[in-house]
Amino acid sequence: MLQVADLHAFYGRAHILHGISLEARAGEVVALLGRNGAGKSTAMKAIMGLVPPARGMVSFGGKRIERLPPYRIARLGLGYVPEERRIFTELSVMENLEVGRQAARTGVPTWTEEKLFALFPNLARMRERPGGRMSGGEQQMLTIARTLMGNPSCVLLDEPSEGLAPIIVEEMANSIRALKGEGVSVILCEQNLHFALGVADRAYIIEKGQIRFGGSMEELAANDSLREQYLSV
Amino acid sequence: MTLASIIIQLLNGLAAAASLFLVSAGLSLIFGVTRIVNFAHGSLYMLGLYGAYSLIQFFGRTPLGFWGAVVLAALAVGLVGILIEVLVLRRIYRAPELFQLLATFAVVLVIKDIALFTWGAEDLVGPRAPGLSMAVEIMGRRIPAYDLVLIAIGPVVLGALWLLLTRTRWGALVRAATQDREMVGALGVDQARLFTSVFFVGSVLAGLGGALQIPREPANLELDLAIIADAFVITVVGGLGSIGGAFLAAIVIGVAKAFCVGIGSVTWFGFEVSFSKLTLVVEFLIMALVLVVRPYGLLGKPQAAQRAAEPAPRLQVPSWTFALVWLALLALVPLAADRYTTILLTDIVCFALFAVSLHFIMGPAGMVSFGHAAYFGIGAYAAGLLLKRFGLPMEAALLLAPLIAGLFAIVYGWFCVRLSGVYLAMLTLAFAQISWSVVFQWDSMTGGSNGVFGVWPSAWLSDKTAYYYLALVLCGAGILFLWRVLFSPFGYALRAGRDSPLRAEAIGIDLRGFQWAAFALVGALAGLAGAVYAFSKGSISPSSISIAQSTDGLIMVLLGGVETLTGPVVGAAIFTWLRDVVARNTEFWRAVMGGVILLIVLLFPQGLVGGLKALVVRWREQRA
Ligand SMILES: Nc1ncnc2c1ncn2[C@@H]1O[C@H](COP(=O)(O)OP(=O)(O)O)[C@@H](O)[C@H]1O
Ligand SMILES: [Mg+2]
Repeated sequence: MLQVADLHAFYGRAHILHGISLEARAGEVVALLGRNGAGKSTAMKAIMGLVPPARGMVSFGGKRIERLPPYRIARLGLGYVPEERRIFTELSVMENLEVGRQAARTGVPTWTEEKLFALFPNLARMRERPGGRMSGGEQQMLTIARTLMGNPSCVLLDEPSEGLAPIIVEEMANSIRALKGEGVSVILCEQNLHFALGVADRAYIIEKGQIRFGGSMEELAANDSLREQYLSV
Repeated sequence: MTLASIIIQLLNGLAAAASLFLVSAGLSLIFGVTRIVNFAHGSLYMLGLYGAYSLIQFFGRTPLGFWGAVVLAALAVGLVGILIEVLVLRRIYRAPELFQLLATFAVVLVIKDIALFTWGAEDLVGPRAPGLSMAVEIMGRRIPAYDLVLIAIGPVVLGALWLLLTRTRWGALVRAATQDREMVGALGVDQARLFTSVFFVGSVLAGLGGALQIPREPANLELDLAIIADAFVITVVGGLGSIGGAFLAAIVIGVAKAFCVGIGSVTWFGFEVSFSKLTLVVEFLIMALVLVVRPYGLLGKPQAAQRAAEPAPRLQVPSWTFALVWLALLALVPLAADRYTTILLTDIVCFALFAVSLHFIMGPAGMVSFGHAAYFGIGAYAAGLLLKRFGLPMEAALLLAPLIAGLFAIVYGWFCVRLSGVYLAMLTLAFAQISWSVVFQWDSMTGGSNGVFGVWPSAWLSDKTAYYYLALVLCGAGILFLWRVLFSPFGYALRAGRDSPLRAEAIGIDLRGFQWAAFALVGALAGLAGAVYAFSKGSISPSSISIAQSTDGLIMVLLGGVETLTGPVVGAAIFTWLRDVVARNTEFWRAVMGGVILLIVLLFPQGLVGGLKALVVRWREQRA
């Protein structure tokens, strides 16, 4: 589905990603774990073309995408949910969804507003509310729903649990499991190991722009020193 | 005033507001999505008038012919907008914003000459609207039926735009992109196509605004900059990006202007006050007032910063040897050159100081000015008037003129430093336009549109070479002084303020005070440039204070590059020289200049000096 090899990225002159490689197979939920500032968000932006990769390969659904502009990548069915949510605050919930809309794709679930409202019932109660007047949790759901309107086969999800109340985090975990149930692949950035353990099949650990571990959740759960070295605060 | 005449003026004002609103709405829409301050928007309006004029001739003066021509002209202008976007702007969306501005200046020049070539220099008076040429009687006064139609068109277009923006997918995309265009792209929307479509709609509005004016106003070549000033004022008064605000502001300003015309001259307490002369400045007074009270316009909101500003590269101190070698070379030139070259060099030296002073305020001080000609022109007029009207010796006039320009800069600057970004730039434009209007209309003092004549230097400077040396010494000293100031604590404080205003305030820099002082300083030095220039020419005309003069200055700075100190000097030299050479060989010098600028913009998106430096660096790296 998605393959990344030896990916390098810069902000101006600052070298942030030092050749990361990772992979997500169809229908899989993969967690990308690491401390604040480790390079998780940058990795997603580089895959998405928002920070143009300086070197390396990204392939998605068998196509090379590392030189494509973000909109072309999105149109291939790769969805991106940014950490800062970036809701269009002046637009209503329905309009936010409209901006994300893309044509149906064969072989992947097709989302409609109604189907998304079933997944995120809170949103159904505020269709006409401007994005700027929603709580953090509601905005987080809207930003995921907006990306799903593009009928992606794989979603890059940047820290969906960040800053949310525990009960909302639990809802979020359910939504991700539901996505997996629909056959959508998910790459999930997290600092919250507990959350990742609940939803992911496999995990990578990133530190200072390099991948330090890749393996199953069981391996990670069993390896205390790994968790202490790269994850605990 | 009677009630009837008040109503008539109100209707007049509303009719004028229709076109103003259309043009401003287009400008606002384009700015919202692309973040480009499109100076060429006024040119599109002008093309709308010319296009409608020709198409009506072609279709014949029937109602169908007239309205068909208006609509077709608007659509044709929309296509021109698409061309501009696709051929020029699309290539430089990632370039610094100021460079995009430069590109739109170039487009203004090119379109002006295309119009000159196609329609000639004479004003073209269009026909009255067939079927609507009669007058309607309202309260005993007669008002053209066409004006009533115009009054209706404003709200109709407002409603249509509102529906388009709130009820269609395109509208949602436009509003989303106005807030965060990168995110819109990450959701799979092709920005290039969205921008093109926005340019089309905005340009159609400009073209329609122009075409609808053809029964009221002759098509002429001055309309481009005249209307862009109006449109800037209206968008800023209404609030950038707010279509409703533009509508409101257009009405306020259209009506205010109509009342100024209608009132004419009145006598208050024995003084005669001419309101009709206020017509040219009233909108700028309204704008200055609104911006001081509501810095984001009537219905505007604070703009979200769209992209993180790249850290400005460090300025390099030009070494003394470098400066002295150049000064020596310039001092030697007249020994070998003819009279003509000496005069050209004098011009270049004056404009170099003008450009360096503009660069100081827009680069290191971070305050872009669209109206820098105000200080150049005030300096020139002060010098000329002190000599001719007040009988001062030339030397005294030359020394006092910069102080007077500086005084004006202190007054104007007090308002300007309260704003930032585009709002600040527009306010500087407003002050320049107010100054221009006063100069243009105060016949008894300034000679009005004719200007001041016989502004010649004293006998010992009457030789062109002698005067060149004076210009070189004064302007050279001015330039070196400004450069020195940049590396004084004052200069560092200004740059710190530009890069992070909050931090500068936090460490105790009184940023506003420093910016105000910078305003006064560059005003005085631009005034010096203007005064030296005035005595070299022997006459002064209002064009020295015009928008065109301000944009010339911007072109010089941007052509050379904002990011180097020597850039503005190089830009001034190349621009002045090129204009001179080209203007002597073709009537269409503007198109040639515009073409050259566009080429440079597309080839060197960091400016000439910056681009050449980058080339040298790359060349060295390859050899190493
Ligand atoms: N826009 C930016 N410009 C410069 N540096 C950045 C930018 N965004 C992030 N960084 C730096 O890149 C590094 C990785 O950041 P990020 O990818 O956001 O980490 P994470 O998402 O893992 O917390 C950090 O050191 C951060 O300071
Ligand atoms: Mg992050």
